[in-house]
Amino acid sequence: MTRSIPTDPMVQRLIREARSASLTRRNVLTGAGIGAAALSLAACSTGGAAPGPTAAADKSSTDKNIKWDNWAQYLDEDKDGKTHPTLDAFEKKSGISVKYDVAVDDNNTYYGKVKDQLALGQNIGADLVCLTDWMVSRLIKLGYVQNFDLSKIPNAKNLTPSLQKVDFDPGRKKSLPWQGGFTGICWNKDKVPGGLKSVDDLWDKSLKGRVGVLSEMRDTTGLIMMQAGVDVSGKWADAKFDNAVDVFRKQVNDGQIRNIKGNAYLEDLKSEDTLAAICWSGDITTLNGEAGDKWQFAIPEAGGLLWNDNFVIPIGSPKKSASEELINYYYQPEVAAEVAAWVNYITPVVGAKEAMQAIDPTVADNQLIFPDEKTLSSVKVFRTLSSAEESKFGAAFQAVLLGS
Amino acid sequence: MAFSAFATGTAQEQAPRRKSRIALLLLLPGILYLVLFFLVPLVSLVITSLQSPSALGDIGQYQTGFEWQNYVTSITQYGDQILRSFSYAVLATVFALIFSYPLAYFIGVKARPWPLLQNLMLVLVIAPFFISFLLRTLAWKSLLSDESGFVTGLKALSLLAPDAHVTGTPVAVVFGLTYNFIPFMTLPLYAALERLDTRYLEAGSDLYAHPFTVFRTVTIPLSMPGIVSGVLLTFIPAAGDYVNASREFLGGTGTSMIGNVIESNFLVLLNYPAAASLSIILMVVILAIVTVYVRRSGTEDLL
Repeated sequence: MTRSIPTDPMVQRLIREARSASLTRRNVLTGAGIGAAALSLAACSTGGAAPGPTAAADKSSTDKNIKWDNWAQYLDEDKDGKTHPTLDAFEKKSGISVKYDVAVDDNNTYYGKVKDQLALGQNIGADLVCLTDWMVSRLIKLGYVQNFDLSKIPNAKNLTPSLQKVDFDPGRKKSLPWQGGFTGICWNKDKVPGGLKSVDDLWDKSLKGRVGVLSEMRDTTGLIMMQAGVDVSGKWADAKFDNAVDVFRKQVNDGQIRNIKGNAYLEDLKSEDTLAAICWSGDITTLNGEAGDKWQFAIPEAGGLLWNDNFVIPIGSPKKSASEELINYYYQPEVAAEVAAWVNYITPVVGAKEAMQAIDPTVADNQLIFPDEKTLSSVKVFRTLSSAEESKFGAAFQAVLLGS
Repeated sequence: MAFSAFATGTAQEQAPRRKSRIALLLLLPGILYLVLFFLVPLVSLVITSLQSPSALGDIGQYQTGFEWQNYVTSITQYGDQILRSFSYAVLATVFALIFSYPLAYFIGVKARPWPLLQNLMLVLVIAPFFISFLLRTLAWKSLLSDESGFVTGLKALSLLAPDAHVTGTPVAVVFGLTYNFIPFMTLPLYAALERLDTRYLEAGSDLYAHPFTVFRTVTIPLSMPGIVSGVLLTFIPAAGDYVNASREFLGGTGTSMIGNVIESNFLVLLNYPAAASLSIILMVVILAIVTVYVRRSGTEDLL
């Protein structure tokens, strides 16, 4: 009687490794001593070219529960902030129950939490995650996300043409944009009545010690590089990045830059510790709504950055088709318009602007939510970095953050 | 007080040695706990600290190795932050001692005739613990922010330069550390001083000793166990603290401590070996400092 091998990917991997290990042991023991065998075994078990994880079987037809991990303030809420109207409508229409979880605070931290499970092809608990371009690029490269069945997402045809071709996912087979935004500069209109035009204006003596920048490497160094005339979407030499880090370090050491933060930079703007900052477009609209119309956002003259957060289905998720149904739902122009009007970020859905015209024409004219060709021509997407570049640039950037 | 046992440090008399299965059985949960939650993580930390980058070379992937150079790199790269951690911790401990001693002396000795006042003051010392210390630190952050009454007041009095600020400076970080760990200093001191026999002090003054001499030669030696445990309870967590010095709280780029370096290596750079080696360096240095300190202050019973 033979027993079938358990289906748990982790067990399967263990069995695979045990088999390959016993083979090597036999071979190596004949040649070298036990010590050498132990060493090479250790090397084989982790360093060997293990096949990438395989996608989990789809159980969407029997289990109608999915979990969606996303960033804070990234889905429409009702007045009390308790429910998400568009999501409720989806649940009612589809019969799928969605657990919406604000589990993503930072791309790196989220990745650090789930990467070991992804490598083993295990279910990380989330069936849909929205992460930023560069992180999605890493996940795709490592084979940690599932292929979409685009026939189940017919509305994907509504994707803005400019986002259809990305270097990390040709044909958009594994990722679809959720929302995008600009990285630019902002200032306190009361305290800086003259306003700012470029990144260099942030380094003006009158703002000494009152400038904030973002702890996301690509945003801060990207804007500084653009100011120096580098097109961050194309190929550039390492020296260009080093120059930007030098500028950044100098401004930190001179005390011009007060602090470097992630989402919490908004607190500094509110408490007026910082009067000007490198910031994300949608936040400023939300902040103005929350704390009085006090701040102004602008794309620097030398150009700003455009980024997108994308839907991906983690490799271990057993709810692929249910997740695809949700993506399809949010790619309807009317739904996309409703979300965009609340989150104040750029929607990737064609037709949302027209749908918005019917709801609120002033929002439809907002360049930060529905940018036109002219606005889009003033921003660039930071190019995909290789792993080696990412480690090197990341370390150089963090060194400034840690004051060394 | 819960701290009394720790503060006095008198060794219990040896229980009669008898082989008892029950005693072993009772010990088992504790030993299991220690093995599972102390020994295993510690070993895994040491192994991680010696890992080398994976041959496939993707970010955040490492393989077992014996890269002792990780330690050298960590020390040379982050020497400033290591040094800064310990100087901030020493400063915070000294300030905490200076503020706590009179307070503990008042509660434990002077307020003896009024037990109600004694209890009330003890509650006041402990009360802040009822609120999360993250919240308290955030509150201080806004109290010390540029447009706050405190900072604008200092500027109006010309005690602070017009373009100076408080948050993001070493002053704010040391202040935060002192504030957050002061109860750990006050309570053991109180536990020691509460049992101070005042007749010794009377005897000292009867022998014509100057009050300061009495304090130096009688009070301080008698409260030494309290001082030692207070210093340990303050210094150890302060050296490893990463909240106060964090850029999101009271610190800035120039104030990062070893905890912040570990955090950024672990969560942002995904450089686990560097983070692990720094953790071990922190542990070893603290252990060394504490051993020397306890030896010098003559209270080996504590170890």
